[in-house]
Amino acid sequence: MRQLLTPRAAVNVAVVLLLALVPVYAALTGDTFAMTLFARIMILALAALSLNLIMGYGGMVSFGHAAYLGIGGYAVGILAKEGIPSGFVQWPVAIAASALYALVVGALSLRTRGVYFIMITLAFAQMIYYVAIGLDRYGGDDGLTIYRNSQFDGLIDIGNKTVFYYLCFALLMASIYLVWRIVNSRFGLVIQGARSNERRMRAIGFPTFRYKLACFVIAGAMCGLAGALLANHTNYISPAMMGWTRSGDLIVMAVLGGMRAAFGPLIGAMTFLVLEELLTRATDYPNLIIGPLLLIVAIYVHGGIDGLLGKARRD
Amino acid sequence: MLYFTEQLLNGIQLGMLLFLLAAGLTLIFGIMDLVNLAHGSLYMIGAYFAATFADWTDSFVLGAILALIATLIVGMALEVIAIRRLYGRDHLDHVLATFGLLLFFNELVRLIWGPAGLTLSLPSEMLRAVQLLPGLYYPVYRLVIIGVTLAVGAALYMLVMRSRLGMLIRAGASNREMVGALGINIKLLYTLVFGLGAALAGFAGLMQAPILTVQIGMGENILIAAFVVVTIGGIGSIRGAFVAAMLVGIVDTIGRAFLPDLLHAYLNEAAASSLGRALSSMSIYLLMALVLIVRPAGLFPAATR
Repeated sequence: MRQLLTPRAAVNVAVVLLLALVPVYAALTGDTFAMTLFARIMILALAALSLNLIMGYGGMVSFGHAAYLGIGGYAVGILAKEGIPSGFVQWPVAIAASALYALVVGALSLRTRGVYFIMITLAFAQMIYYVAIGLDRYGGDDGLTIYRNSQFDGLIDIGNKTVFYYLCFALLMASIYLVWRIVNSRFGLVIQGARSNERRMRAIGFPTFRYKLACFVIAGAMCGLAGALLANHTNYISPAMMGWTRSGDLIVMAVLGGMRAAFGPLIGAMTFLVLEELLTRATDYPNLIIGPLLLIVAIYVHGGIDGLLGKARRD
Repeated sequence: MLYFTEQLLNGIQLGMLLFLLAAGLTLIFGIMDLVNLAHGSLYMIGAYFAATFADWTDSFVLGAILALIATLIVGMALEVIAIRRLYGRDHLDHVLATFGLLLFFNELVRLIWGPAGLTLSLPSEMLRAVQLLPGLYYPVYRLVIIGVTLAVGAALYMLVMRSRLGMLIRAGASNREMVGALGINIKLLYTLVFGLGAALAGFAGLMQAPILTVQIGMGENILIAAFVVVTIGGIGSIRGAFVAAMLVGIVDTIGRAFLPDLLHAYLNEAAASSLGRALSSMSIYLLMALVLIVRPAGLFPAATR
């Protein structure tokens, strides 16, 4: 008999309800900061979700995932500065540019294995980082303030914080569903098969390189969207969006929440960022606690927070 | 030409420092199969220790020696407390754990030494410049770095390739269980290797301290450069690390020195300087990507595994 409400399902439902109700709380108490924080959480959760697709399910540990956040963000920022504020242009460009970058990086990197793959994705991200620093017209090292949000004429006004919040919410939920569908499709099974034994997958006739590359590009496009959202959230872009420690943050979120779990990246992002926020308020030295906590999770907790919620059904 | 020689020497000097970091990293990588993002923290700690001890003892050399010993102890303690629980685990667990350590160490340094940077001043005889070629003056201290690092590199090579301990280290790298079964205390061996790597990183930090400001996060960019070196050289290969460190040091320095001028021949000044800066910062990553595309396991792939 199937149990209807496993601890995992209960936590997932609670998280979604919490996210859905944050603007209500903000409207009742006037605490708009909560909404800003949780919008940020959802955007970074989207990035971590896309990373989980390639890293968790595909076994491709990308240590340069923040580059897509940067590319998506810079696409919005650059177009805004050049007088094209339309979101109907900006967002597709952000997604397409990220997908194209992922295609190039993936085609070149997917020949390498293990640690070499980690390092080559890092190298490409560092290159993009320095490109952004070199863009003097767009602020160079200092970054660029975006004075006008992406405009979706007549459709929605994302300058309204509540509207923007629910847009992020909708996009995140849709993406979680999309990733879940991908993972459980034939395509997703090939990707997971390639993770556990690539040679065998090739032997039974799957061109795994093409499958992995396609997966890599999907993840890149998704993270590019997160970048476009992030640029609209902060109204500011800078090379720091894609520093290597940001890529490290994304890995931390994905692993902390539990890889290969549909809601893992969201739970990881939420835990990490809320903890950071609370500790920053409580002490001057938040990382003195966060650092060892990550260490303890890595050493003692298998499967991240999701792993604490009981054994996964599969895998 | 003189300018080129000077920049070449700077490149070699940077390469030497990268080699100190990369040697420890590649040993830890190759032998324990551990991705250690906290290696740059040990570099930072070495520099902070050196600045503090030199201040207490009023002697650069004494301070450096004390800092080296202190970093060795920190490294071995770190291995015993945390790192040894990570062997044999997934690389992602390593990233998570050592990223946590990196955050922790940055914060700890801020707590102990405060957010402002420190400076470490050199004894006056090292501040001079000597004439190497007619018209080419070069700071003594940078020559000292090159010389001392070469000596350390040679000693490391002898230790790993010619000594009994080195034999055990190499044996442990190729088959951990077998070495353990033959009655070798593999735990102690790994602690020693990690401590050695930490000491090398700390040494790089304290040698670099008088040239740069000693500050929080100083280990982070150079850590990535050291990863580039390790990857280009082939993980686990000290010889590869040396060749790659020289290559990376020289490419980086020469690129920074000459690319903007070179581009100026084709572009206007502003574009040349910004493009030159971007390109020269990218050059080592480009080099690494090229090497990996041609040779997916680095220049000197380890024979085993």
